[in-house]
Amino acid sequence: MKFFTEENSSLAEEIIGRYPKPRSAMIPLLHLAQEQEGWVTDEAMAEIAELVGTTSAEVLGTCSFYEMFKRHPVGKYVINICTTMSCALMGAGDLMEHAELRLGVKSGSTTADGMFTLEGAECQAACTEAPCLQVNYRHQYRVTTNQFDALIEELSSSDHEVPEHGVLSQIRQHIPENRFVGVVPPEDVTAAPVWLNDNGSDQ
Amino acid sequence: MSEMTGTPIAHAPGFIANETPRIVTARFDYADSHTLERYEATDGYQALRKALEQTPEEVHSEVTDATLLGRGGAGFPAGVKWGFCPPGVWPRYLVVNGDESEPGTYKDRLLMELDPHQLIEGCLIACYAVGLSQCFLYVRGEMAVAQERVATALNDAYDAGYIGKNILGTEFSVDIVLHWGAGAYVVGEETALIESLEGNRGMPRLKPPYFPASIGLYGQPTIVNNVETLANLPWIVQHGASAFTAIGTESSPGTRMVAVSGHVKRPGVYEIVNGTTTFRDLLYGADMCGGIRDDNQLKAFVPGGGSAPWFTPDQLDLPFEASQVGPQGSMLGSGAIMVMDETADIPAAALTLTKFYAHESCGKCVPCREGGTWLEQILRRVVEGRGTPRDLELLIEVGETICPGDFPHAAVPSKGIEAVPFPYRMTTICFVGPSAFAPIHSALTLFREEFEAKVAGNEHPTMIEVAVDV
Ligand SMILES: Cc1cc2nc3c(=O)[nH]c(=O)nc-3n(C[C@H](O)[C@H](O)[C@H](O)COP(=O)(O)O)c2cc1C
Ligand code: SF4
Ligand code: FES
Repeated sequence: MKFFTEENSSLAEEIIGRYPKPRSAMIPLLHLAQEQEGWVTDEAMAEIAELVGTTSAEVLGTCSFYEMFKRHPVGKYVINICTTMSCALMGAGDLMEHAELRLGVKSGSTTADGMFTLEGAECQAACTEAPCLQVNYRHQYRVTTNQFDALIEELSSSDHEVPEHGVLSQIRQHIPENRFVGVVPPEDVTAAPVWLNDNGSDQ
Repeated sequence: MSEMTGTPIAHAPGFIANETPRIVTARFDYADSHTLERYEATDGYQALRKALEQTPEEVHSEVTDATLLGRGGAGFPAGVKWGFCPPGVWPRYLVVNGDESEPGTYKDRLLMELDPHQLIEGCLIACYAVGLSQCFLYVRGEMAVAQERVATALNDAYDAGYIGKNILGTEFSVDIVLHWGAGAYVVGEETALIESLEGNRGMPRLKPPYFPASIGLYGQPTIVNNVETLANLPWIVQHGASAFTAIGTESSPGTRMVAVSGHVKRPGVYEIVNGTTTFRDLLYGADMCGGIRDDNQLKAFVPGGGSAPWFTPDQLDLPFEASQVGPQGSMLGSGAIMVMDETADIPAAALTLTKFYAHESCGKCVPCREGGTWLEQILRRVVEGRGTPRDLELLIEVGETICPGDFPHAAVPSKGIEAVPFPYRMTTICFVGPSAFAPIHSALTLFREEFEAKVAGNEHPTMIEVAVDV
């Protein structure tokens, strides 16, 4: 049994083909796996290892370093409340307390219905809009406790645009074949690029 | 910039315009600032055309003459760094650092979401000038919208012939590949960024070499530049280095984006004149933050991202000029100013930063991995009222295992404390370790009485004494 769907398999090939060394595609492929399943399974890691030419242990090594990769199922919506300085100064502590009460779970856990995972997070590059949070890595700014409740209502209904956990960018890069310069393993490149040579230079 | 048509919108979340000449935020007023149409209608890709009519050396010299200081934190001049690529070693790569995650920093995300073509044009100019044959644009994992905007812009620019084979009908050919991270602050450090791009755990490499320009991605010469640094290139090529150096000061020309957060009336992202704008202009200026919230007193501010030692009202008149800020005990870093008013609980504020760096330690060096955790635990019990006076000494002792000797801090004239200038010594590979200590050191040096009040009366250790060898 293959892990990746047919569509994702060809996407994976396309992504790998953009790097001079296949291993560089590891993180993008882990994201693709998480997009497909909502979390990163052992089967996914084994298949990624094969695709980029390494071992499952190596993939696990990389995967486990990065916070966004979940190696167990999480909620449909992962809510990350920023707890770093600017947000803390502007009331992130109260917001977190409220969120725990509203969702009935402690930070770091998932609601029984599998809808929400609540996490404390680090600076989200929105410090001027504190306190802020992200739902599946999409920002909400200057969040009051009322707004938090409204957000939970909205996410519980079907009337919103936040994709399920695992889906990151909804737009993919596509390099048209006729415009793709293509990749060469670095060891096979020995000369300066043509536009430097043509200008009589070899800095 | 040529005439703009279209409807101006309310500014993007966070960005606040002021009287400063707008080099990198010029299009932010437009609802469609991120589109190729808007970009082309506002001089977009004209700098690329102009660059392609010059030799790569000419473009490189223009950037060197502009003294464009890196905006990622270290402030190293881009043109000089480009020159560090060893001659005759090919291929060379460009890695764009869009990992923005230093506490308080908010500018690169705006540049990627609101004007991705400007960044792309900057990347193309850099590749042309230095002979970089492939570009990897590394966007922070947690920035889904930035990834969408950059992906769309790349797709459109490929289709329009600005990226890829034979750009604009010339010999110049380069691919730009969108890459993204998965949540790890330390990956913003350039050698960790490269490790991550090679599919590894994002741990910084041992130095030397000090610059990946000599040995970087796949062991090849690699230029790593920050998003804002690259976003300046189209303007510099278009208007010339002398127009750039006419703004700001000789050693810090141009503008820079800064984010001011915390207890000010108008927190926001501002484009300010480099070198001359002072912290007072920024925090109190009517067209900028407009003063401290509720007209409270300013207590302290972090001048350059969470890693920077803190300033107090005594340093308000310092300008955004590294050569003046360094001797006064801090750094400008990533253009992030976090403001605390008189109501702020200083030890608790320091804890929000120390916990960040302790949490983000990659674990490669012992002083950072162990020291950061200890600093967090000791500080936490002090903040929660469980600490003892001995803990205050312990904080410094543990800190000195990471940064032996004098640690930089600001002067406090009223207490007779003199400034200790930058830089510091460190026992770690990168700055994450020292950054766990910096907020504690500043807070303890500048506001010791607040710590003493928290530990007063707790003479008996409430936890087992920790033995630390210094
Ligand atoms: C721990 C650490 C985190 C960093 N994070 C970032 C970052 O998020 N973005 C960035 O551009 N530079 C970051 N830097 C600085 C980079 O190492 C590098 O100096 C910079 O990207 C070079 O680009 P510039 O010369 O254009 O500024 C970080 C450095 C350290 C030590
Ligand atoms: S200082 Fe900390 S984050 Fe940096 S390399 Fe050492 S252990 Fe890793
Ligand atoms: S501190 Fe919360 S977004 Fe930066």
